[in-house]
Amino acid sequence: MSRIVFLEDRCKGCRLCIDACPAGVIRPSGRFNHQGYEVMTSGEGCTGCASCAVMCPDTAIRVFRTARTAEGGRA
Amino acid sequence: MSDAPERILIKGNEAVAFGAVDAGCRCYFGYPITPQNEIPEAMSRLLPEIGGCYVQAESEVGAASMLLGACASGVPSMTSSSGCGISLMQEALSYMTGSMLPAVLVNMARGGPGLGDIGPSQGDYFQAVKGGGHGDHRNIVLAPATAQECYDFMFRAFALAFTYANPVMVLGDAVVGQIKEPVRRTPPPDALAPERLAELAAPWRVEGRGRRGPGAAPRLVKSVYLAEGTLAARNRQLRDKYEAMRAEARWIAQDTDDADLVVVAYGSIARAVRSAIRALRAQGAAVGLFRPITLYPFPDEGLRALAAARPGRRFLVVEQNLGQMVEDVRLALFGPAGRGAEVLFHGLMPGLLADAQTLEEPVRLALAGKEIRS
Amino acid sequence: MNNPCNALPEALRPREGESLVFDAPAAQVDRPTHYCPGCHHGIAHRLVAEVLDELDATDRAVLVASVGCSAFSYDYFAVDALEAQHGRACAVATGVRRANPDSVVFTYQGDGDMAAIGLAESVHAANRGELITAIFINNTVYGMTGGQTAPTTLIGQITTTSPAGRRLRGEGGPLRMTELMAGLDGVAYAERCALDSVRHVRAAKKALRNAFEVQIRGLGFGFVELLSGCPTNWHMTPQAANRRIAEEMIPVFPLGTAKNLLDK
Repeated sequence: MSRIVFLEDRCKGCRLCIDACPAGVIRPSGRFNHQGYEVMTSGEGCTGCASCAVMCPDTAIRVFRTARTAEGGRA
Repeated sequence: MSDAPERILIKGNEAVAFGAVDAGCRCYFGYPITPQNEIPEAMSRLLPEIGGCYVQAESEVGAASMLLGACASGVPSMTSSSGCGISLMQEALSYMTGSMLPAVLVNMARGGPGLGDIGPSQGDYFQAVKGGGHGDHRNIVLAPATAQECYDFMFRAFALAFTYANPVMVLGDAVVGQIKEPVRRTPPPDALAPERLAELAAPWRVEGRGRRGPGAAPRLVKSVYLAEGTLAARNRQLRDKYEAMRAEARWIAQDTDDADLVVVAYGSIARAVRSAIRALRAQGAAVGLFRPITLYPFPDEGLRALAAARPGRRFLVVEQNLGQMVEDVRLALFGPAGRGAEVLFHGLMPGLLADAQTLEEPVRLALAGKEIRS
Repeated sequence: MNNPCNALPEALRPREGESLVFDAPAAQVDRPTHYCPGCHHGIAHRLVAEVLDELDATDRAVLVASVGCSAFSYDYFAVDALEAQHGRACAVATGVRRANPDSVVFTYQGDGDMAAIGLAESVHAANRGELITAIFINNTVYGMTGGQTAPTTLIGQITTTSPAGRRLRGEGGPLRMTELMAGLDGVAYAERCALDSVRHVRAAKKALRNAFEVQIRGLGFGFVELLSGCPTNWHMTPQAANRRIAEEMIPVFPLGTAKNLLDK
C-alpha cells in the first residue's frame, strides 16, 4: 500500500489535502503542532496519487508509492 | 590609441555618452526629455556596436527601475534625464542607495519648478545634493562645466559608483549639455578599468548562483530590513560609507591667494564667473573663484581654508537659482568647524545664458559688501 | 542533490518496494513560509521551483520580487534574487535580463503590484518582448495591507475599501490581464490558470513551464496568471476559498491559453 508522510511542523491545518484526496483517507488528527495548527493524519487506502501533496501550500506532504506488482507479490 | 589624442568637436551631451561608453558602460535606459536628448541618441548608436544594450523605457520610472536591475547584475549602467524626469527617478534612486548599487545618473538640468522651461538652470541643486527620494539616502554629485569634463567625469562617476557601491549623479545643465567643444577622448587618470569595475561587483552581483560554482549559496540584493535592529545596522553601514565618501570632495580654486572676494560657483555658471573675474582682475580687483567639482560631498574644507587664510575675506555665491548651494557654503563656513565669513548671494534667473559682462557688476558690488538681485 | 529536504529522517526514506513520488523541488528553500493557512502562494512557489529544476534553470535563475504578500518570495527560492520597488518588477527584470543575457529571469507579482501600480512597466516589458517570465497572482484583493480593493476585485465584491461592494461605475471592472497581455506582439505565451483544484494546479504547472520555455528559447515574454485564494481577506475557510475561485472567479476570469508561440 502507498503512504503519505506529513511534515507536521510545516502543516498549517488548512485541510486542502482533505478535499484533494480522491480516496478520502486524510482526516484531522486532533493533535496540534508547535505553531498551534491541527495536523492531519491518513488512514488505510492511499493510492499514492499525490493529489494531497500537489494541493498542499506548505510542501508538508511526502508521497511514497508502492508498485502494484510489488504489492501483489508481497501480499 | 595613438600618441596624439584625438580631439573631436562634440556637445557636452555627446561627451557624456562617449565618456560613459569608454568608461565601460554597457547598458543605458532612458526616456526622451530636452535638453539631454543627444545622450540617448548617441547611446542608441554606440552601445549596440559594442554588444551593449540600449532601451528606451516607457517612462523615467521604468528607466530607473531597469537601471536598478542592470546595476544589481554588476554591469556598468546609466540613465540620463532632466528636471521632471529626475523627479520620477527618485523612487528607484532611493532603492538603489538602500540596496547599495553603483548606479550612474546624469541630470542635464532645465528650469523649474514644474514643467518650467528647457533652458539652463541650477534649480535642481537641492534635489541632487539633498535628495528628493525618501529615507537616509545620499548620492555623490559631480558638476562638470565643460564638454571635456562631461567626458572625464563619466569615468569618475563609474569609478566612484563601483568603489562605494552607491549611486552617483552627474549634474549639468542645458548649457553644459548643448555647448559644442573640442574633447580629447582619452581616459582621465582617475579612471578605473572595466575589469576593475567587474571585480568590485563580483562579491555582490546577482547573476544566477551557478556562475559561482556548484552549490553556491543564493544571493539577495534588497533594501528592506524589517526585523528589529536590522535597518539600524544597515543604516550604520550607510553612515560609515557616507563618511568615507567625504574623502572624495574636489574643488578648483583660481586666483584666490590675494582675493578679498572669493566667488563660489559651479558648472556652466562658474565659466561665466571665471570670465568676469578675469576682466575684473585686469582692472585691479582682487577677486578669485572657488568652484566645487563635487557638490556632494561638498568641499567644506577647501572653503574653510580660504576663509581661515585671510580673515575678513568675503564670499559671493553665484548660482542660476533662487539660492540653494549658498546654504551649503554658509554651513561650511558657519557650521561646527567654520569660523564664519561674510557670505553674499547673487541668483541668476533660469532660461538665460549667463553673460560674463553682466556678472561683473554683482561681483564688483560684492567686493564692497553689497548684494543686488537679478 | 542540494536540497536539505533530502537529508531525511527514517520515516521520510523510501522503504523496500516504495518510491518517493512527491518531494520538494531543489529550487525551493526548505523552510516554513510566512503565508496564511490555505494561501495559494505556497502552491505557486512550489510549481515555479519544480519548473526551474525540470528546465535545469535553477543555477541561471534570477528572481525579481515584488511588493505585497509575496515581497519575501526570495526567502523560498534557492536562486539569486533582488527586490524591486512596488510595481516595477518587470522593468527591473528587463534590466537584469538585458545586462545578463544568459540568465533566466522571472518576476512574481500580485494583482496590486502588476495590474495597478505597475501596469505600465508590466505592459511595456511585455510589449517589448523582454525575455522574462512574469507570474501574476490574482486573488482579487490587496492581501498584505489587509484586503483592500484591487484592480481584479469582482463587481459586487466587498473589500475594506469597497464596503458596499465594488461598483463598475466609478470603481471599474475586474482587469483581465491575460487577455491584455495576449494582445501584445511581444508576448509569446499567456495563460490563465487557477490553483483551486488538483487538476487546475497540474495545468498551472504546464503553463508555467511553457512561460519559462518561451524565455529560454528566445521567443518573447512569458506570462501566467494564477487565480489564487486569499482565505484571510475573503473571510472564509481555505476550502470555501477554493469553491469561490471555481464558482465566482473563473466565470469572470476564464481559464485557458490565450497565446502560445511555442509550436509555431
